[in-house]
Amino acid sequence: MVALQGGRGPGRDTLLAMASRLRHRGPDGEGVYLGARAGLAHRRLSIIDLESGDQPIHNEDRSVWVVFNGEIFNYLELRRELQAAGHRFYTRSDTEVIVHAYEAWGDDFVGHLNGQFAIALWDERAARLLLVRDRVGIVPLFYRKERQRLLFASEVKAMLAVTPESPRLHAPGLDQLMTFWSPVSPASLFEGVQEVSPGCMVVLEGDELRQRRYWDWEFPLRDDYLDGSEAALAEQLHELLVDATRLRLRSDVPVGAYLSGGLDSSVLVSLIHHHSDTPLRTFSIGFSDDAALDESDYQQEMVARLGTEHSRIQCRNRDIADRFVSAIWHTESPLLRTAPVPMGMLSGLVQAHGFKVVLTGEGADEVLGGYDIFKEAKIRRFWARDPDSGYRPALLKRLYPYLDLSRAQGLAYLKQFFGAGIDDPEQPGFSHLPRWNTTARCKEFFSDDLKGRLREDAMEVMGRSFPPEMARWHGFNRAQYIEAKSLMGGYLLCSQGDRMLMQHSVEGRFPFLDHRVIEFANRLHPKLKMKVLNEKYLLKKAMQRYLPERIVRRYKQPYRAPDIAAFFHEGQAPDYVEAMLAADAVRAAGYFDAGKVGRLVQKIRRGRAIGYKDNMALVGILSTQVWHELFVNGREGYFAPVVADRLGTQ
Amino acid sequence: MSVSPENMQASQNEVREKIRRNILENYLFTDDPAALNDADSFLEKGIIDSTGILELIYFMEDEFGIKVQDEEMIPENLDSVDNLIAFVARKLNSD
Repeated sequence: MVALQGGRGPGRDTLLAMASRLRHRGPDGEGVYLGARAGLAHRRLSIIDLESGDQPIHNEDRSVWVVFNGEIFNYLELRRELQAAGHRFYTRSDTEVIVHAYEAWGDDFVGHLNGQFAIALWDERAARLLLVRDRVGIVPLFYRKERQRLLFASEVKAMLAVTPESPRLHAPGLDQLMTFWSPVSPASLFEGVQEVSPGCMVVLEGDELRQRRYWDWEFPLRDDYLDGSEAALAEQLHELLVDATRLRLRSDVPVGAYLSGGLDSSVLVSLIHHHSDTPLRTFSIGFSDDAALDESDYQQEMVARLGTEHSRIQCRNRDIADRFVSAIWHTESPLLRTAPVPMGMLSGLVQAHGFKVVLTGEGADEVLGGYDIFKEAKIRRFWARDPDSGYRPALLKRLYPYLDLSRAQGLAYLKQFFGAGIDDPEQPGFSHLPRWNTTARCKEFFSDDLKGRLREDAMEVMGRSFPPEMARWHGFNRAQYIEAKSLMGGYLLCSQGDRMLMQHSVEGRFPFLDHRVIEFANRLHPKLKMKVLNEKYLLKKAMQRYLPERIVRRYKQPYRAPDIAAFFHEGQAPDYVEAMLAADAVRAAGYFDAGKVGRLVQKIRRGRAIGYKDNMALVGILSTQVWHELFVNGREGYFAPVVADRLGTQ
Repeated sequence: MSVSPENMQASQNEVREKIRRNILENYLFTDDPAALNDADSFLEKGIIDSTGILELIYFMEDEFGIKVQDEEMIPENLDSVDNLIAFVARKLNSD
């Protein structure tokens, strides 16, 4: 969806120019609303009500108009409720419930929606525009306030199509990305462009623009957790997940699922198998050049057990280099890892098999306590109670066994790496300090010019985004909040999620991110999420009936993809990589110190770059250089000979 | 064979230069000698991360023909240019 609102009323050509940049998000149709003061345009990916669901959609007297990207999963229930209250519908679409829900409940309509959405609603009588984003940030929505108009769109590139001046990098956005993996919402990488933050609505009335939060991740104050036996709570979780999955199978086109071989996707595919008539169609990716990253054995075990029709795509190192530019075109953001690129290949596989919708296990780790960073923080909190203990930090050795670090895990070093903030475990960002400190090393490559454009420390900006009541939550919950709001909302659901799915016109649906599941899980005691160091404890208890012991017990392997190895083979990289990292190109863009970048490249050529820092720095610098070439210089054509996938601009 | 004090000093300077050049080029990505003091802690200055240690150990083993034992992987041996020089000297003398 794209749209704009302006004093003199927008032109149709402007709207269509914006919409044409988003054809990949909606290849099935196009619709425009042109009013005296506002215009809305929409590109449609037809999933529900294929015949009459074209947007924009209006209310009975055509005074309220909406364009919307995403899904309202409980639209059937809302429709019945609104019809009973006298509202008349002219389509079978989920979109139409939005205009009637707005009429019925005003701005509070959003609290009635169970879904993933970016909504632009124009109330013509009140001359009021609402931009609304789903609770956790599954569907993107950006806006830009200019003197005479407000532009907004699902992706920034649509706005760039009608903005006369060249875009500029928002330097604090890059500084934050190279600390937290994404800018701190609502900032973006583009100067003057902001996102509608997850769980928020932006309201424009007259010249006044304000953002209101309607939902947030909330956790109990100390000891105010759900009562009940483990068995009873596990059963409640099971029921909620069954219903969340059932709602997400609503579709007028076939629905598939990603099967990684990990616990979450195995749970999800099992729920589909046991609680719906949907034929099981699953998709996965494997890494042929690095056996350590490949999970094919586990995928095959679940395929055999559930009898799914399964398709698999193999990713080689060179596939990542070939697809990197088109990935940046879609993410509109620099990356610190290449991991989104194979996810784009996977959505390509889904599209090639004629599917438009996949369910995935995204969100389970954040909601139910799966990540190593939660374990790490738990051990560090345990250690902080007795900072002189030798035994307590030694527990950190139990983490990350999949990494070949045994030689470098001397206790003294563990203490140094993970000891950040150990003197104050109650500070809000305690759980994430080691990760943020490690990531921030990339910033050593910043040019003096870029450093001169930074006025505020990224950590302070992040700290200001935390709610005041956070100080009264359990440390485990604080870590969950930060993870959900930073890495998940800012990176996993965007660069690695929506953007890589929509690259191939595929919609992802995430039962673990149903807000009822989140609200229930947030009230569980942390020990039910991580029992000692056993992650996602209650989820395993609730779901063990469906899963082989090997899947439940396997050590959690994070999804990773090759980084430097994807670009450099025997010291040589593809021409476009060499060109983007050349000193003159680095100086021309102005973000990084060309001398330092040159030395990093030399180190890589000598085969000496094996650390996190070098891998993150290389991917971060290269992706920022590509981002600059694509969006600031507007030279999409430059990459044409090396882009394996279309850029999606035609 | 006895080593004269001048030769000992010369070889220590050579070790110092090799170590400094390695740290400046591969961890600080600069040729500015002022960017690194010989007493700077690599950990406190954020020069080396957990995998950086691995790189440093490979460098020491390749460059000076020594073998770094697991129990020797402690900051007292590896956490500054000065510590590394002293460590190399101890290892070479003991071999």
